[in-house]
Amino acid sequence: MSDIKKFMFVNRKAPHGTIYALESLEVVLITAAFDQDVSLVFLDDGVYQLKKGQQTKGIETKNFSTTFRALDGYDIEKLYVEKESMEARGLSEDDLLVDVTVMTSKEMGALMEQQDVVLSF
Amino acid sequence: MKFGIVVNEGPYQHQASDSAYLFCKAAIAKGHTVWRVFFYHDGVNNATKLTEPPQDDRNIVNRWSKLAEEHGVDLVVCVAAAMRRGIRDENLATGFRISGLGQLVEAGTLTDRLVTFGD
Repeated sequence: MSDIKKFMFVNRKAPHGTIYALESLEVVLITAAFDQDVSLVFLDDGVYQLKKGQQTKGIETKNFSTTFRALDGYDIEKLYVEKESMEARGLSEDDLLVDVTVMTSKEMGALMEQQDVVLSF
Repeated sequence: MKFGIVVNEGPYQHQASDSAYLFCKAAIAKGHTVWRVFFYHDGVNNATKLTEPPQDDRNIVNRWSKLAEEHGVDLVVCVAAAMRRGIRDENLATGFRISGLGQLVEAGTLTDRLVTFGD
């Protein structure tokens, strides 16, 4: 598979409660393993996926938030968080467990336009 | 145009599988190619031959099988998502096959448009 395309993964859902976030992360890792150009976007409740200090013992689900810290090992370094979504939830960059680029909804739209494939989970 | 399709929701519970199917049919009728449909998340439940809807309802699983048979659409079920939900080769409907997430990436790289159906 020699074709390299720009894949953007748009994460819009809270990390727990549904399986979307966890299974999205599985696609992200595979896509990077196939040497594609990967970007991750977090907006709406998706910003909670990057929240520091998640504890899932009480709900007996997997705490996969640590995987976000390992993404640079897969050469996934383009992480974007929508400013409006973050602020609406009372979060700031200090609350997030990885380094991200914060951008406005408008800037995010422009970035999306540059992609070949946009997958929303 | 060559399309890849992603279905992220199960049958009957959610409209995604119906909409995806109708989209495929419309695209094919217009002369486009639907190269692959990739079933992910609860979408893998579209692939079980054990479903038995009431007589007066549509049979979502059989509809997909027929689409594969008549138009050569490649119906791929994600192995990891399938195993989580009890979808295996033994209960797989005709025309579906189980494979890895690489097939989804490929559907992104080798088609003109990848269209997702789901929440």
